[in-house]
Amino acid sequence: MKTDDLISALAADETPPAPTPRRMLWRAVAGGALAACIAFFVLLGPRPDFMQAIETVRFVFKFVVSLALAASAFVALRRAMRPEMGARPLHAVLLVAPALLIAALVLEMLAVPASDWAARWIGHNWLYCMSFIPILSLAPLALLFFALHRGASTTPVRTGAIAGLLAGGIGAVFYAAHCTDDSPLFVATWYTIAIGFMTGLGALCGARLLRW
Amino acid sequence: MSQPKNPGEASVREVQWAAWMRAGLDGDGEAYRLLLDALAPVLRRIARQGLRQAGAGNAEAEDVVQEVLLAVHLKRHTWMRDQPFSPWLNAIARYKLIDVLRRRGRRGEVPIDDLIEVLPDQSVQAEASPRELEKLVDRLQGREHDIVTAISLEGKSVRDAAAKWSMSEGAVRVALYRGLKRLAQLYRGDEPA
Repeated sequence: MKTDDLISALAADETPPAPTPRRMLWRAVAGGALAACIAFFVLLGPRPDFMQAIETVRFVFKFVVSLALAASAFVALRRAMRPEMGARPLHAVLLVAPALLIAALVLEMLAVPASDWAARWIGHNWLYCMSFIPILSLAPLALLFFALHRGASTTPVRTGAIAGLLAGGIGAVFYAAHCTDDSPLFVATWYTIAIGFMTGLGALCGARLLRW
Repeated sequence: MSQPKNPGEASVREVQWAAWMRAGLDGDGEAYRLLLDALAPVLRRIARQGLRQAGAGNAEAEDVVQEVLLAVHLKRHTWMRDQPFSPWLNAIARYKLIDVLRRRGRRGEVPIDDLIEVLPDQSVQAEASPRELEKLVDRLQGREHDIVTAISLEGKSVRDAAAKWSMSEGAVRVALYRGLKRLAQLYRGDEPA
């Protein structure tokens, strides 16, 4: 085919352009949060003492850090998904959630005697945590990939990884409402492993699904 | 269209392309065709340069040009109207060029990272130019000035401009093209030596 013919064909294509990636991303996040919410109420539900727990700083912090993670991953993803941003370094906003977590960890270790660290670190249901954060994150990840697939990321692996981080953050927000282990020692370990798993899964899927 | 010799010419080109792209996204096939016609020779140059650096020869250059044009079309919704056009185009051209080289199994021969370094990246230029551009636009007169400012600099749509000055959309487009053409002339006729 001659290039001129191709241009004529493309110029004659009257299909309206698809929605912008930003709009698609908003829809995916809204849909993903809704799906995770439904999965949460069907599979887990809030912990029995939710109303008392909400008055304790450790419980509230779990939401602060997971919401901070989701929000910063959203911002980073909005940038990473643009083709011309592929060569730029990662968005510095991604440091916010790790910084919060480290600060909380230090405060916890100052507030709690060293003899109690191990018990708080292992918690009651770490296996549960490591299974259910990914389970709650799956639908958000799928919806994010659906949106990203229509975009044009020039860094598929990185973009996929950030999508995994965002999905993991959404999953963690909901799981935190069920989980009775509130110590930052627990959160920094098991939540991080679960979200790290989602990030790796996102990177793997990105390498396969986000090429165009 | 030749290689821009300086940032001024590049920014006039940038404004022109962005205006055509916006019109194209709004359904103006004619403007869109003008854009694709203008892009083809630029992409050809990028493709030849990239293939040469990869030691691949010019035979595949036209394939790359067509792949990029197709990608520009299929991914046109990913360009953000308030952002410069060239960095977006460059990113797509690079991605597709690397894709072609990879597919031909030349990955082992060419360090792709080095290639990424040498392929043109105008993002810095394009972001540095708007002020210079505004100065040029200020030298346009009357309606042409208003329309170029509204559409090319402020990112308003042709439809909004038509409503604002009670003109037909066709008349706005004509004024826009005249204004942009005049802008290019102003630039060329006024080289600062």
